[in-house]
Amino acid sequence: MNKLELMKTANEVRKGIITAVHSAKCGHPGGSLSAADIYTYLFFEEMNVDPADPKKADRDRFVLSKGHTAPGYYSTLANRGFFPVEDLTTLRKTGSYLQGHPDMKHIPGVDMSSGSLGQGISAAVGMAISAKISGDSYRVYTLLGDGEIQEGQVWEASMLAAHRKLDNLVVIVDNNNLQIDGPITEVNSPYPIDKKFEAFNFHVINIDGHDFDAIDAAFKEARETKGQPTAIIAKTIKGKDVSFMENQAAWHGAAPNDEQYAVAMADLEKVGEALCQK
Amino acid sequence: MSEVKKIATRESYGNALAELGKEHEDVIVLDADLAAATKTGVFKKAFPERHIDCGIAECNMISVAAGIATTGKVPFASSFAMFAAGRAFEQVRNSIGYPKLNVKIGATHAGISVGEDGATHQCNEDIALMRTIPGMVVINPADDVEAKAAVKAAYEHVGPVYLRFGRLAVPVINDNEDYKFEIGKAVTLREGTDVTIIATGLPVSEALGAAEKLAADGISAEVINIHTIKPLDEEAVIKAAAKTGKIVTVEEHSIIGGLGSAVCDVVAQKAPAKVLKIGINDVYGESGPAKELVKKYGLDADSIYEKVKAFV
Ligand SMILES: Cc1ncc(C[n+]2csc(CCOP(=O)(O)OP(=O)(O)O)c2C)c(N)n1
Ligand SMILES: [Mg+2]
Repeated sequence: MNKLELMKTANEVRKGIITAVHSAKCGHPGGSLSAADIYTYLFFEEMNVDPADPKKADRDRFVLSKGHTAPGYYSTLANRGFFPVEDLTTLRKTGSYLQGHPDMKHIPGVDMSSGSLGQGISAAVGMAISAKISGDSYRVYTLLGDGEIQEGQVWEASMLAAHRKLDNLVVIVDNNNLQIDGPITEVNSPYPIDKKFEAFNFHVINIDGHDFDAIDAAFKEARETKGQPTAIIAKTIKGKDVSFMENQAAWHGAAPNDEQYAVAMADLEKVGEALCQK
Repeated sequence: MSEVKKIATRESYGNALAELGKEHEDVIVLDADLAAATKTGVFKKAFPERHIDCGIAECNMISVAAGIATTGKVPFASSFAMFAAGRAFEQVRNSIGYPKLNVKIGATHAGISVGEDGATHQCNEDIALMRTIPGMVVINPADDVEAKAAVKAAYEHVGPVYLRFGRLAVPVINDNEDYKFEIGKAVTLREGTDVTIIATGLPVSEALGAAEKLAADGISAEVINIHTIKPLDEEAVIKAAAKTGKIVTVEEHSIIGGLGSAVCDVVAQKAPAKVLKIGINDVYGESGPAKELVKKYGLDADSIYEKVKAFV
């Protein structure tokens, strides 16, 4: 996909997020929207995955360590063809396979269940270790929140990842600067994030997480990095492209009502139309 | 009487892992800086490339094991019961239990028989914790023969298994041709008609000693070894309740939430009988030689004998 196609796809992913969360009347739009470009790049460009054969042995693995942004994950998987886009409206509803947090037992394309922050990165490390042991060539990607990295387990996992020289592992931090209780700088600042990962012996790349050229370059650089894992610190805007949600902690875990839904979709339509003019 | 062979079940764990590793390429062993104590060092020596020392980071180790399991290998994650089940409970529950991943947890140094390290290292709560996790199999072997068989059975079972081992050398009681290990199947070690002693783990051999003494007093005690606490052999409990009507449970674990509670759950619903729970009575342990602690906390043959006699 070229850059424009990626941008258009990310726009569709964002519409899916709003649709799903609106339908569920709850869920996490903010961190789903901030990560939409990263999700899109991973599943439409970077990763070796096949919607027709979601469990194929040599597939690249993805673990959503920040499991609450499942709407972004699901919308990406649906748009990629893992399951019908229409199913997004069943999110969080009784009997739906689209659980509030990723459930590997029931959702095609989900390699690991998650939701309890700090654990997904460890599972990703386990997958990367397993690949090293048996000489498999698949790569492992895991997406973390910038609040999530306050969890001690994240650093337990990082220490082990670098110690074992897991160059088949890419850790992405969605640096949207917000968590539930407010800005991460006010709650319990994890900054400097890049220096921390550097100190843990990661190869670190700082990027604008909404710039597909930068995203593309970062993942290529990660592939070329040998002997150590890569951490991509992606500066993002929480609630990206929905005017009233941008940079608002309140939209971390709240659903738009019908009126807000209409405004949000109109915002996204506008972004989509602008892309069509390009 | 000839000298009884004694082996700690943690030794059995290490040896069984090394055996398994020979037969199965997919066995991966994880430890958290306790390979010398949990005895996974035996496996490490034979298969260094398949032994992952995670350092002192048990929560991470449990979730790493989960990740390994998603790729089709069979990880055995090892630490002391206190840290594997206690510290990492939520990781076991969410990273292993909920996705029903094929991880085996090898928890050594369970119970007060840890000895001198004292209360911070004596986990008397792990069975209760692990038992509440849906789909988790909980096994507490009584001796070397059973422990080795349990490790093998755990490998063959697809799904999460919690294996509980001890630090203290215990008598080998199952060293006979007829011994057969089946997950969820109780083993009757001694027939009796007046009272049924249902024991698990370390106190099983002590319960046999108690039954011997009771016999001298004319009390016929049946002794059942429950190595699998979940799924519990309900049939065996119901049969015992019908047969003797008096059940005594014995475990090196809190009387809250362990074998005794599991037996009471069955008895209360399906086969009313009087039950006496022998175990750690809602207290912390303390430092001391393991054998002295076993006696002090009432899990030796003499103490069991006294309590059963008073109960009957
Ligand atoms: C272990 C754990 N503690 C608390 C929560 C509740 N929780 C869900 S999301 C969240 C904030 C996450 O913030 P961040 O990691 O920055 O995510 P993002 O901004 O990308 O949504 C919290 C505390 C949880 N899911 N897991
Ligand atoms: Mg954040």
